[in-house]
Amino acid sequence: MGKVVVVTSGKGGVGKTTSTAALGAAVAKTGKKVALVDFDVGLRNLDLIMGAERRVVFDLVNVIQGSAKLSQALIRDKRVETLFLLPASQTRDKDALTEEGVAEVIGKLRSVFDYVFCDSPAGIERGAQLAMRFADEAVIVTNPEVSSVRDSDRIIGLLDSRTLRAEEGEQIAKHVLVTRYDAGRAARGEMLSIDDVLEILSVPLLGIIPESQDVLRASNLGSPVTLSEPLNAAAKAYIDAAKRLEGEQLPVIVPFERKGFLDRLLGRRAA
Amino acid sequence: MTFAAPLEAKSIRFRARSFVAFTLTPEAPLDVWLESLDRWVGNSPGYFAGRPVVLDLNVLKPDVVAIEALVDLLGQRGIRIYAMELDGGAELGTHLPPVLVGAKEATTDGLLQPSRKAGRAEEDTAVSDMKAAGDIKAEAGDLKAGDLKPASDAKAQPKDAKIAAPDAGTLMIRSPIRSGQLIFHPHGDVIVLGSVASGSEIVATGSIHVYGTLRGRASAGAQGNTAARVFCRRNEAELLSVDGWYCTAEEMDPSVRGKPVQAFLENGMLRIAPFS
Repeated sequence: MGKVVVVTSGKGGVGKTTSTAALGAAVAKTGKKVALVDFDVGLRNLDLIMGAERRVVFDLVNVIQGSAKLSQALIRDKRVETLFLLPASQTRDKDALTEEGVAEVIGKLRSVFDYVFCDSPAGIERGAQLAMRFADEAVIVTNPEVSSVRDSDRIIGLLDSRTLRAEEGEQIAKHVLVTRYDAGRAARGEMLSIDDVLEILSVPLLGIIPESQDVLRASNLGSPVTLSEPLNAAAKAYIDAAKRLEGEQLPVIVPFERKGFLDRLLGRRAA
Repeated sequence: MTFAAPLEAKSIRFRARSFVAFTLTPEAPLDVWLESLDRWVGNSPGYFAGRPVVLDLNVLKPDVVAIEALVDLLGQRGIRIYAMELDGGAELGTHLPPVLVGAKEATTDGLLQPSRKAGRAEEDTAVSDMKAAGDIKAEAGDLKAGDLKPASDAKAQPKDAKIAAPDAGTLMIRSPIRSGQLIFHPHGDVIVLGSVASGSEIVATGSIHVYGTLRGRASAGAQGNTAARVFCRRNEAELLSVDGWYCTAEEMDPSVRGKPVQAFLENGMLRIAPFS
């Protein structure tokens, strides 16, 4: 039986889809069978980030409504052969998802895959609640700024009350993934510090992903950063986060601002 | 059944026929339902054009005044109601469409036994299955002339219940089609003068002509028309399909990308050929 991990945030634009793709690819590279499920019906993006948008025929809604088999809708990644994607539909809305249908799809995936990552839509409405409903673990993606942390806090409340595990009186394992962390701005006090974030959310830290142009570039090229540029800082941070998700005990290093001699001379900030 | 009325001049013939009808089921709260209907119609303009609709009122159970208002509201949206389903609603008066009873669900396998579906708007069902697979289910009632109850005044003649099939029409869309829009046209060809964005979908029983760039998905011949084709002035399509045979962007030869092409069936295979 595989683990179902929901990647959620409440707030939009914090990097849920990017993180789903990067974490999923990193776990799959270790040989585990991984399925990525895009729950953002009506605004699908995971297939773009994964570079699979040209191969989508059937999607999650077709599977739920019975017009396609799960095996027909799953797209195998071309780079990592244990990585699969179940895309969302773009021409429907979240009402096309039913709890019974989602339960059945997640159940089937759970029996075949080691990890099922559910990319949640933004918000706290039906779509987000269905994405987290059958999860065993949750990765809460947070930016170090007040509104994002507040929304994450709201989502943690939902995870503890609206998921099937919570209703059965069990705990859902939660991890905070801090993304778009800008060491320079944090040092100047323009961003919340990691300690502040953890103090507010009181959930264990999964990793800190530095703000990086590489992530954006990789997304636009349709390749998760952990596959296309595994050596850059953000990719390394995702790979470490994936290891922690699999239970490894790795210390989290808070990125600090490195200023080279030339940068100081020219007054430029390092990226 | 055919029988002759005993008249000295000429016999009048009555015939029973059954038709598949499209049913809308309004639900409370009505303003929310109308809002979602508007959104849906906005995404699929022309869907109700020339399409006779049965109104199933067994969920909402409104009174006569409310029914009049509802028929009026739907009329403003270009949705013509030609009959209603309402248990025990024989007393509606002659100004409203007549009441039908004994509806059966229609599926691709034929008609089911009479059943009531609760709590789902029919419009969802109408779009539920419109995928390249092309098997289209619409909720329907099995209409029989014999089921048409004459309205309360006894002198009303039993009308011939023959409903003209909607003409095979062409749907012309002058605006660009945006991501997330689904154009479903069950009565023939679709012509799009602008572009079709990535993440949108056109499904037609006839052919599809796109005079801009086609970046979305186009499924022609959706109900088994092997002669249908997809034409576009610039092929950047995510998926082209005719009668359920499809080809994704990934599978297309690079030589047919970004060019004017047509997609059609040849010896049971989907062929995509550039216009020379």
